[in-house]
Amino acid sequence: MSTFWSGFVIVISLGMIAACLWLLFANARGAPGETTGHVWDEDLREYNNPLPRWWFNLFVILSAFGVGYLVLYPGLGNFRGWLGWTSTQQLQQNLDTLTARRKAAFAALAGKDIPALAQDPGARTLGRAVFLNNCAGCHGADAQGAVGFPNLTDDDWLYGGSPEAIVATITHGRNGVMPPIGVGLSPEARQALLDFVPYWSDPALDPAKREAGMKQFALTCAPCHGADGKGNKILGAPNLTDDIWLFRGGRAGVEETIMKGRQSAMPAWQNVLTPDEIRVVAAYVYSLAPHPVPPAAAAPAPATPASAP
Amino acid sequence: MVTAPAATPVVYTDRVVKQFTVMTVVWGIVGMLVGVWIAAELLWPQLNFDIPYLTYSHLRPLHTNAVIFAFGGSGLFATSYWCVQRTSRAPLFLPWLADFTFWGWTTVIVLAAITLPLGYTQGKEYAELEWPIDILIAVVWVAYAIVFFGTIAQRTVEHIYVANWFFGAYILAVALLHIVNSADIPIVWAGHPWFTLTHSYSVYAGAADAMVQWWYGHNAVGFFLTAGFLGMMYYFVPKQAGRPIYSYRLSVVHFWALIAIYMWAGPHHLMYTALPDWVQSLGMVFSLILFVPSWGGMINGIMTLSGAWHKLREDPILKFLIVSLSFYGMSTFEGPMMSIKTVNALSHYTDWTIGHVHSGALGWVAMITIGSIYALVPRAFGRPQMYSIKAINLHFWLATVGTVLYIVAMWSAGIMEGLMWRATEPDGTLTYSFVETLKATYPFYAVRLAGGLVFLAGMLVMAWNVWRTLAPPQTAPAAVAAEGAA
Repeated sequence: MSTFWSGFVIVISLGMIAACLWLLFANARGAPGETTGHVWDEDLREYNNPLPRWWFNLFVILSAFGVGYLVLYPGLGNFRGWLGWTSTQQLQQNLDTLTARRKAAFAALAGKDIPALAQDPGARTLGRAVFLNNCAGCHGADAQGAVGFPNLTDDDWLYGGSPEAIVATITHGRNGVMPPIGVGLSPEARQALLDFVPYWSDPALDPAKREAGMKQFALTCAPCHGADGKGNKILGAPNLTDDIWLFRGGRAGVEETIMKGRQSAMPAWQNVLTPDEIRVVAAYVYSLAPHPVPPAAAAPAPATPASAP
Repeated sequence: MVTAPAATPVVYTDRVVKQFTVMTVVWGIVGMLVGVWIAAELLWPQLNFDIPYLTYSHLRPLHTNAVIFAFGGSGLFATSYWCVQRTSRAPLFLPWLADFTFWGWTTVIVLAAITLPLGYTQGKEYAELEWPIDILIAVVWVAYAIVFFGTIAQRTVEHIYVANWFFGAYILAVALLHIVNSADIPIVWAGHPWFTLTHSYSVYAGAADAMVQWWYGHNAVGFFLTAGFLGMMYYFVPKQAGRPIYSYRLSVVHFWALIAIYMWAGPHHLMYTALPDWVQSLGMVFSLILFVPSWGGMINGIMTLSGAWHKLREDPILKFLIVSLSFYGMSTFEGPMMSIKTVNALSHYTDWTIGHVHSGALGWVAMITIGSIYALVPRAFGRPQMYSIKAINLHFWLATVGTVLYIVAMWSAGIMEGLMWRATEPDGTLTYSFVETLKATYPFYAVRLAGGLVFLAGMLVMAWNVWRTLAPPQTAPAAVAAEGAA
């Protein structure tokens, strides 16, 4: 700001406060109960009571506070204020404090592996905060996913649920592609798949349909989803036998999938999150799934795939 | 207190007053209905029926424009035209131009109701309308100024009544604010005149554009929603109370201090932004000082009633006027407090701001307008009084309960949001995701919707009451006679 404009700002801002105070003092006194003698519209009159004392005082106090503030803080043009405060400086101080706290928080977790962090309530809280601010947009605040975005609280992993796999998924991202494979098939072949794949896990499915479907599946789908339909964690091809559907299930959903194909992308977070943040959020996700140390018992479905084939 | 036309040789121009009076009630219902609708959309987003013109983003500016400029604006036109004639003892200057202001202003409102849902906007809050409508507004407003100040110039009394100072300040300042802030350059696309008519760029850029916008935005509050309605207050409170204004010298001090200091308060909308520190400090300091002249108006209004407090028992119109002044006092205390940087850091961007605005908009602006319109309707239309005094009383309670529900819900929601947004984990990451704060806000949104519905119900009672008052007297002679005798 040039000296002229700085002076302009100082003069009009202090001048404004001074003018208001002059107005206040000039009109402070008056005789209570007297009217001004003017009458409008038959019956509109005015008393000329003195200004309420407390109101007068409040005006003076707030004006004094205002001038005091402008002496201490930047406000009067180029004058920086006695305290030398700037918002940039305040931001930097806050950032420095925060950085120190972050360093301390993560230093306390150094050297622990993901399963150990998943057991640590402090690490889980940190991980949850990272999750809510970065992952919840797609996977949901409850991590139960949505159509096209996997549920992270079950034991069905597209790319593997080991600590290393989770860290790799977050760090580098994943790209899943299902080609529109049904488009090139004969109507009979398509029919055979649609009569079978959506109902794979249903024991009541007509054995003839199952057999015809299996045959077609072996030709068309098995290269990615495996001959047993249990998927391929290297490709991210889902298990089709567990009635868990990344996109829509049922006949209509599967038909849409094979006719139109699917694309899904998990972004790479290595440029957004620090390695420490990736570790705690991986630990948080790891802690959500029902797979930690005690193995058997709690498994909900009988046919859960334990590890990559 | 019924004016005696026989005693006055002046023939007043009241058709335009009547037109604006009726439209105040109509636009009030429309604007508040849209408000209730979008409040419901925040709870049940499917209420937009997947129609793009009915989404929250398209209807919200329609709500704000309808309640501020259609409802509030029509109320201000009606009362200022009424007041300036009576207190100047002169008919309106250029009555045909006054008629033009009615049809012009109504056209602006209709155009707003069409273009805003369609998504045509300058993107400036409370100044969304595109440049062709802005030009129409400017023309209408200049016509308004000519009629108003022309009438003052023709006055047959010596002194200018205090209400007219405020109306005059509001008319001049709004012209200045509107023209400066809406200055923009249409985007010319050869062969697509419709595109050019509906798209433009602001002539300002960056932080300066933001500053101009909030200089406008806050003075729209200061001059449109405060000075204008103080004009209304200075006419109808002493009129309805039958008491002299408390203090002429208080009027002088708080009028000049108010209009001088309001002009500086805009930066408090831009705390902790790219706006230079010195501008933010000045904005805060003047916003704090503004508390005093604001309360000057409240004191002058409320103290005018001293010696006539008993009238509050019988006269629900007076209740509207006095409670509106109380809400005015509350929100002009709250505003300066929220402009303090540390408070603003908590309150900004939360629903507390929405609560603050509605404490002013429902409690002050709407209630003073409703009270004034109830006082004005029988006078302007030559009826002994409103059809049902009980209905006014019912409306008063609906309006008060609705306002309190609304603002308490938004205060609670806002402070909760502010605290949740700033909560951090030891490593500095945010404790809550945005969605979690949104989920926590839902119960408050439900209470807000309930408050809005109750307030709207009061407006429907008012519409019925005005309708019955204007209906030819023979429809219910018994009721009128009974009320008249009371």
